[in-house]
Amino acid sequence: MASRKIVLTFPKEKIDKPIVYKLIKEYNLVFNIMKASITPDQEGHMVLELSGESSEIERGIKYLKDQGVRIQPLSKEIKVNWDKCTQCGACVSICPTEALYIKDRKTMEVAFDPEKCIACELCIRPCPPRAIEVHF
Amino acid sequence: MAKTIQEINEKIKKGQGVVVTAEEIIEIVEKKGIEQAAKEVDVVTTGTFGPMCSSGAYFNFGHTRPKLKAGGGYAYLNGVPAYAGWAAVDLSIGANALPADDPRNKIHPGEFAYGGGHVIEDLVAGRDVRLQVEAYGTDCYPRRHLDTWINIKDLNEAVLFNPRNAYQNYNVAVNLSDKTIYTYLGVLKPNLGNANYCSAGQLSPLLNDPYYKTVGIGTRVWLGGGEGYVVWQGTQHNPGALRLSNGVPKRPAGTLALIGDLKQMNPKWIKGVSFVGYGASLNVGIGIPIPVLNQEILKHAAVKDEEIMAPVVDYSEAYPQGKSDVLGEVNYAQLKSGAIEVKGKKVPTSGFSSYKNAREIAVELKEKIKKGKFLLSEKVADLPSGEAAPKFRPFKERPVKEEK
Repeated sequence: MASRKIVLTFPKEKIDKPIVYKLIKEYNLVFNIMKASITPDQEGHMVLELSGESSEIERGIKYLKDQGVRIQPLSKEIKVNWDKCTQCGACVSICPTEALYIKDRKTMEVAFDPEKCIACELCIRPCPPRAIEVHF
Repeated sequence: MAKTIQEINEKIKKGQGVVVTAEEIIEIVEKKGIEQAAKEVDVVTTGTFGPMCSSGAYFNFGHTRPKLKAGGGYAYLNGVPAYAGWAAVDLSIGANALPADDPRNKIHPGEFAYGGGHVIEDLVAGRDVRLQVEAYGTDCYPRRHLDTWINIKDLNEAVLFNPRNAYQNYNVAVNLSDKTIYTYLGVLKPNLGNANYCSAGQLSPLLNDPYYKTVGIGTRVWLGGGEGYVVWQGTQHNPGALRLSNGVPKRPAGTLALIGDLKQMNPKWIKGVSFVGYGASLNVGIGIPIPVLNQEILKHAAVKDEEIMAPVVDYSEAYPQGKSDVLGEVNYAQLKSGAIEVKGKKVPTSGFSSYKNAREIAVELKEKIKKGKFLLSEKVADLPSGEAAPKFRPFKERPVKEEK
């Protein structure tokens, strides 16, 4: 099993077409919608995490491209600068996916799981020492 | 059997002092009982590391040639205004100070990326800081302008002086309104989206000595990685706050004013922080040793998270309007579990005081004492407590009428 995070841009004439569901049906892919903003008569954007066989992921992405969907890899990455982190935990109740979490309730150590991060950036400004960084 | 601080110091000097942290003592007391533990243990170390807004520093930067009198003029440190109301070359700066050109909350919520707390951290870290002075010039201090780099190593004295630190317990902040609010207890999501607290609980200094039996004016403390002292009760010291039957206050209560040599400190423990929509502040690390002079003192020092309650307060209405409404009380074990229940809803929690760093401080102080590098001091005066303490007063406004 492989997984990949991609950003999809739907041209406005494709907004009302069912496209994404075929990834499941035809390509056996599991997807997790991390972010979606679709407005009628405007370009739509979606961030997906695809998991499945590598070859199926490639075929699925080719299918999306053939439908006129623009595909970019999700290149935004959130990193915690541990030298700056004061280990308070302010981010923990803000993070919607528990990517920022308390590793051990006895020591109350704050940890970060990049696998769970959806790069929503909600944690950036609430961090008092500003230890969370967005990398492009 | 009662011990004296002198006897404990003699043992410490010989490297024989039995020192444990306020976390370790809990298990020791559970296993051995109060009586036996009080015989065996000499010192319990506490720790806390969190944002403490009422913190600041003062320093003397030395006389320029020709001489300059900053006093009564204007002074800036990395663009942040310093207080220049002292003599010629003494300056002080508070953690909340902001550069004149900081947009503050003009575009809400503001960033507050750099303020007085960050200046103090830069000094402690040994980074160069830009000092600008506008003076008015006198016959004996003719110079009017100064624009220079300074470094802590070149300052005559650099002192951390905090009017209010180490709050004995604190509110748990929630938001009952339908929009996000930005507070000194962090970003609070609408409709009880999260609950933020700020105390080291069972490790917090004054929660381990609830009646200030050992901590008082003159107590030597671990401050920001160096040595410091309790110089007075902190501002808003309120020993008369509601207490549980174990003596532990269940509302914000006692506070400490602390002083220490900034030159000894470490930027890991003196750190500038920014609260979005609120302002700049300073995270301060404090460790206070509690000498086990008798069983009663030990009993208090063995307090655990389950036995310390904090009030849940709505920061969208009750707190800003100065109402004393409390939504409920929760203990620190519940707060540290990751969620509490408020009005029947499960609410995720976040701490603003770092328990992990509080632990590290308690351990560091323990090791220092064990090695004989930190001796306990006798307090020279008590902190106000009980009936003798002045009542904590809210502001009494007497509006000035405009003359016709």
